[in-house]
Amino acid sequence: MAAQKNNYRILTIVSLLLLLVFIGFAENHLDLYIVRILNVCAIYAILGMSMNLINGFTGLFSLGHAGFMAVGAYTTALLTIPPAIKAQIFYLAPLIKPLDQMNLPFPVALFVGGLLAAVVGGLIAAPTLRLKGDYLAIATLGFAEIIRVVFTNTQTITNGALGLKGIPALTNLWWSFGAAAFTLVVLLSLINSSYGRALKAIREDEIAAESMGIHLAKHKTLSFVIGAFFAGIGGGLLGNLLGTIDPKMFSFTFTFNILLIIVLGGMGSFSGSIISAFIVTIANEYLRFLDESIKVGMRSVVFSALLMFVVLFYRHGLMGANEFSWERLFGNKVYQKTLGRWTKRPRKGGYAG
Amino acid sequence: MTLDLFLQHLSNGISLGSLYALIAIGYTMVYGVLRLINFAHGDIFMMATYFAFFGIVTFRIPWFITFPLVLVLTAALGMTVEAVAYRPIREAPKISILISAIGASFFLENLTIVLFGGVPKPFPAPTLFTDVVQVGTVAIQKLTFYIPIVTVLSLLALLYLINKTKTGMAMRAVSMDQETARVMGININHTIAFTFGLGSFLAAVGGIMWGMKFPQIQPLMGVIPGLKCFIAAVIGGIGNIGGAVIGGFILGIGEIMLVAFLPNLTGYRDAFAFVLLILILLSKPTGILGEKTAEKV
Amino acid sequence: MKRRTIFYLLLIVLLVLAGSGCTKKESNVIKIGVFEPITGANAAGGQLEVEGIKLANKLYPEVLGKKVELVIADNKSDKVEAATAAARLVEKDKVTAIIGSWGSSLSMAAGDIVKQGKVPTVGASCTNPLVTAGNDFYFRVCFIDPFQGTVMANYAYSKLNAKKAAIIQEINNDYAVGLAKFFMDSFKALTGDQEAIVAVANYNTGDQDFSAQLTNVKAQNPDVIFAPGNFTESALIISQARKLGIDCPFIGGDTWETQEFLDIGQEAVEGVVFSTFFATETPITAESAKFIKAYRDEYNKEPAAVAALGYDAYILILDALKRANTTDRVKLRDEIAKTKNFEGAAGIITLDANGDAVKNAVIKVVKAQKFTYLDTIAPQ
Repeated sequence: MAAQKNNYRILTIVSLLLLLVFIGFAENHLDLYIVRILNVCAIYAILGMSMNLINGFTGLFSLGHAGFMAVGAYTTALLTIPPAIKAQIFYLAPLIKPLDQMNLPFPVALFVGGLLAAVVGGLIAAPTLRLKGDYLAIATLGFAEIIRVVFTNTQTITNGALGLKGIPALTNLWWSFGAAAFTLVVLLSLINSSYGRALKAIREDEIAAESMGIHLAKHKTLSFVIGAFFAGIGGGLLGNLLGTIDPKMFSFTFTFNILLIIVLGGMGSFSGSIISAFIVTIANEYLRFLDESIKVGMRSVVFSALLMFVVLFYRHGLMGANEFSWERLFGNKVYQKTLGRWTKRPRKGGYAG
Repeated sequence: MTLDLFLQHLSNGISLGSLYALIAIGYTMVYGVLRLINFAHGDIFMMATYFAFFGIVTFRIPWFITFPLVLVLTAALGMTVEAVAYRPIREAPKISILISAIGASFFLENLTIVLFGGVPKPFPAPTLFTDVVQVGTVAIQKLTFYIPIVTVLSLLALLYLINKTKTGMAMRAVSMDQETARVMGININHTIAFTFGLGSFLAAVGGIMWGMKFPQIQPLMGVIPGLKCFIAAVIGGIGNIGGAVIGGFILGIGEIMLVAFLPNLTGYRDAFAFVLLILILLSKPTGILGEKTAEKV
Repeated sequence: MKRRTIFYLLLIVLLVLAGSGCTKKESNVIKIGVFEPITGANAAGGQLEVEGIKLANKLYPEVLGKKVELVIADNKSDKVEAATAAARLVEKDKVTAIIGSWGSSLSMAAGDIVKQGKVPTVGASCTNPLVTAGNDFYFRVCFIDPFQGTVMANYAYSKLNAKKAAIIQEINNDYAVGLAKFFMDSFKALTGDQEAIVAVANYNTGDQDFSAQLTNVKAQNPDVIFAPGNFTESALIISQARKLGIDCPFIGGDTWETQEFLDIGQEAVEGVVFSTFFATETPITAESAKFIKAYRDEYNKEPAAVAALGYDAYILILDALKRANTTDRVKLRDEIAKTKNFEGAAGIITLDANGDAVKNAVIKVVKAQKFTYLDTIAPQ
């Protein structure tokens, strides 16, 4: 057993090294198109993991993710756009001081973006904590819409409908994959701590968790704040990848895309979210032929049908509530073949009383 | 603000509020029975306007035949959505049902885009309803009188159905406890399908009225009304049909008065409904007419 | 569990993706990328523009002795998709030049990519000043929002004798906000009255009820209402305004020139006036006549302004290619920048230092449910 564990450790290190080599190679040798798709994959992985923390692990059905991303994206963008370009793009009304002169290094700006998103997450969590299920969904959706409407109307801060452009293209594979790895490490250690167990307990049964002495408000707020922080980071990376953002980008459709990723990957599995972020993003590019050969808009129909299909017939997604591990990948073929997946995986849900 | 101006705003507000109320009734009824937000309600509402468009414009059927036909077709569509997207996972965790509902909503929207195109189409409103009458200096569309009448009639019919008929009794039983209702010999599937059909029927009534008031239809037109009418239902106390009507009027008149008294905030109008929702949820989560329910363990 | 199968599939997809990066070189073909929203919210405009570009390609299929091939990339009316689509044109298809996009925000999403990849890009109908600002590889064959706003302010002041104007703008639409801002500035300057704008009402895309905003506007009793925005909402606004008894003239921008605007607005939009790029009644150049005839033959309908602009973008690039006498992208860029008095289908184009076209605006009116030519306004 110990030897096998060691082997797996070596395998992990080798894979990580291979990934580093691949990133180094891709950044310098692959063309911009592929690099861009890989960047988007990594950013969606971050967004998926952060939304999964709130929705999948804590069981709070929040639809406010686009709002957190918007806060992160706008903050990072405003802090990294050079002052000369700011003067140029705010041509309807000038940007307020001292934002117009501010210019911070990318990592600092990203971090500040994440922090502000976390603050917004905390603000949203406070009043909505008491809500559950559909009420929470609508209230968080409402908050995200409010953020979008405010960003549309605050001309002197966000440039309103004109959006921001000229955001320096600072996001590269090192940053996006690095941030994704950072997110994964932080979230995994959170989930495996006592906090994480408390979050899962809340997901399984709120009342039982509370009677076990888990402080509901504290833990739910924690989940929201951390989820929002990483959503803000993801948003910041996206803004600095695209070079331009506007309020319309951060509509409910964006949240829907992330929701598709976490449902497909498995609510309650970070590795599932990562895998499905890659699948969804790449499939999105590959399914272009649907629009071109069948009928325009067909791709979106396929994706919404896919979401329903997964929920209806394959509720646990690719990974269920499990994380990726070498043991699972290689281990016990015979067992898997004979007894199948149903006995191995505990069925969750069932009768909700 | 002059009295004339205020009356004009009030008339606008009542007209909008009664539309919200009409759609909120269907929303709240489905919720009352199933404890489930039908995210696709707004999209079923949208489909109804397309049915009406095809009936009148494409097939040239007179409106008084098309409209009843639309009601029946939409009810059938609602039942189909229930059978496909909700029934198979009725026992699943609530989160799954919500996701399925969101999926159904996006599916209907995207399918409409593929089938009918994303370009808005004009709604063929019979001029009988859209004429304007002048009352003093206040201009009022005839629809402004018709919509509240339709709303009140729907309300009365629904209250009768729920409180005085056998089907209504079955619906109430299912809403209280599905398991017990089943034991008492109520066919749960039929009752829920009927509830959806009825809810969609009401959505179609709302859709036709909406189409006549705002004669333009497009695949995403149901999203905002869907959300706002859900909010109206929550304000009134979700599951309570009379409450939905009150909530609809509060939201409609509130939105108009916000613009009337604070014209600088017109850009924030769409956020108003959500702010109101959050305030209500914080101060009185069960809404104005809602009853307190204890959490079942 | 088929998890392993899925991993393999993912692996294969990645490999294919990496492999598809290599494209074979074809030296006897010049590729021009068409970067337009074929699907999504902006699809209607994007498709019209593509029609114009395809027509130009049919009439002028060759340059420098090589065949010109169009590579169409759908940006799906979505910024993330738009950036990817632009990167695909630049990196994978290795196009010589790009045309597009309908929708300024989508064009901006491509801005940095074409600048970095040094691919000269010509926008057809993106009117937001920010598209070309600070980007020496982006050009356009249309005039920009400030000009259009100024034109309509001039029209309202001198032709309608308006002293007081009200604004109803689509607050979340960059185009509408831009037009409104420049209209307000010029109108105040023309009237010499800082209070000349008596009301500013906002709405959002997709709104359907405008009664409150209109009641406020009515109370201010303006001489004219400037309402730049999407054609759907604008048509609803005008018809609701008429029902509320607002009878002053409505004026707007080029987005109104669609059949749906007339269908939704019906008799309410009779008499509204707006600025646009192009009119079929008054062919400006020999190229206009040629375009209009060919378009009618090809598509069996009347050409829209954006189709003419797409056509112009294509022939402008071809003209620059001839002058450059090479497919070198930087040399081509230099030649495009030098464009002066170029006769396009939608007017005579001179590009200014920013790469924006300086050209006439056309004023049209809705008469008997048809868009009818009214006037031509030259840039100052």
